Amino acid sequence: MRRLVDTLLVIAVLVAAWQVLHWVAGDALTSPAGTARRAWALMNGDTFWGHVRETGTAFGYSLGLAVIGGLAVGLTLGLNRTASSVAEPILVSVYSLPKVTLYPIILLVFGLGLSAKVAFGTIHGIVPVIIFSMNAVRKLPPIYLRAARSMRLSRLDMIRRVVVPAALPEIVSGLRIGFSLTLLGVLIGEMFASQRGLGFLIMNAIGQFDVDTMVAVILILAVVAVCANAALLALNRRLHQGAT
Amino acid sequence: MTRLGWIRFGIVGGAIVLLELMCRFGVIGRRVLIPPSDMAVQLWNLLRSGRINNDLSETLLNVAASIALAVAVGFAVGSVIHALPRVRRAIEPFLASYYALPFFAFYPVFIVLFGIGRMPIIVIGFLFGVVAMVIATFNGFDRIPRALVRTARAYRMGPVETALKIKLPYAAPFLFTGVKLAVAYSFIGVIAAEFILASSGLGYSIAYAFNNFDNRTMYALMLLVIVLVTVVNALLHVGEARLMRRRGL
Repeated sequence: MRRLVDTLLVIAVLVAAWQVLHWVAGDALTSPAGTARRAWALMNGDTFWGHVRETGTAFGYSLGLAVIGGLAVGLTLGLNRTASSVAEPILVSVYSLPKVTLYPIILLVFGLGLSAKVAFGTIHGIVPVIIFSMNAVRKLPPIYLRAARSMRLSRLDMIRRVVVPAALPEIVSGLRIGFSLTLLGVLIGEMFASQRGLGFLIMNAIGQFDVDTMVAVILILAVVAVCANAALLALNRRLHQGAT
Repeated sequence: MTRLGWIRFGIVGGAIVLLELMCRFGVIGRRVLIPPSDMAVQLWNLLRSGRINNDLSETLLNVAASIALAVAVGFAVGSVIHALPRVRRAIEPFLASYYALPFFAFYPVFIVLFGIGRMPIIVIGFLFGVVAMVIATFNGFDRIPRALVRTARAYRMGPVETALKIKLPYAAPFLFTGVKLAVAYSFIGVIAAEFILASSGLGYSIAYAFNNFDNRTMYALMLLVIVLVTVVNALLHVGEARLMRRRGL
């Protein structure tokens, strides 16, 4: 109950700060009330849900690829000490590259369209999932793996019955970051070269100085991202409590 | 170099050689990718001709300013909020979803607030880096033993003095991790903002070359960004490992 009140207070402070910023910036930043009205109008309009579907499809594919690929690579690397120590610095430097500079290559390889967006979202999301799941497996108490080996579990069984359940809290932390970055990747992809989707909608609004629409789309995205993250965070907290 | 270092070197080197061969023998078309050796030659020519000096120095200055702001503000905000656990618990879900937002979209707003020029780009880089620093500050302060805080209280240190004389030195290795992340994120923010929105800087030059089908310049500039960021990160990584080892972590 108290936590709910605190969260509402944070939201109130954020909205108040936004209102103050609106007074400072004038028309360059729509007021919270104006944005809410515009967001409502957008959601009742005809074209908006088509853009949402476009972004949602790209995001869904990217997230699926990032999570499945990231877990497969991360768990496999994590089980081998040499492989994971070799891979870690390489992965960390890939993680910190400004991947947007690589977008032209992706466009040249995949062409304009859904697949380029999916590829771009995936390369943003997959690296943190790999890093987190790899480190989660490396930090497992060695006795778990020894026990699994003495029971002659196959590699797949070992991953399914021992590694994943034991490393789950860390894996969920990785998924949370992967979620955020995949969304960011898809949106950046749409902002740079796309004719559909929410990123395009934002970019188009910037081009036409339609600040209301721009801020309204960002607000909708922010609400979705915060809700999804809060859900994953709650799951994470429960898992961490279960683990200790 | 250690054995692991050699393996790593071999993998990265092997990948580059493989890419080179695939480009040379036409497995990858020349319109998609030019061979890495060509990129390097092209980059060398670009650097010698001095055509990109302005963009390069502008980007580096922007990144440096964003990093300085992000580290200073992130540390200050992180230490204040860390002292207020209730506030911290309430804002954590917001911090966690922070990186999903495309801040670039606020570029027009920043132009109105700060004027045209480098300030809006620096602000975007700063916004990218600052939260990583805040989270690292939380993380470092969480590990400060209670005895140290009590000692500070016994010496009647004020909150600012405690933060600077006790908490900052103790949490240094974790804060350094935050600095490392702030550097990486500031690079990402500044270059991405230039790429999508600005009309100067390295990111813009890449987008410009792409839009003009000037693949050779584009790949040379990409190589420059990749090498630059990798070298900076590698140096920070070594420094971090050394700090952690000295602390026995």
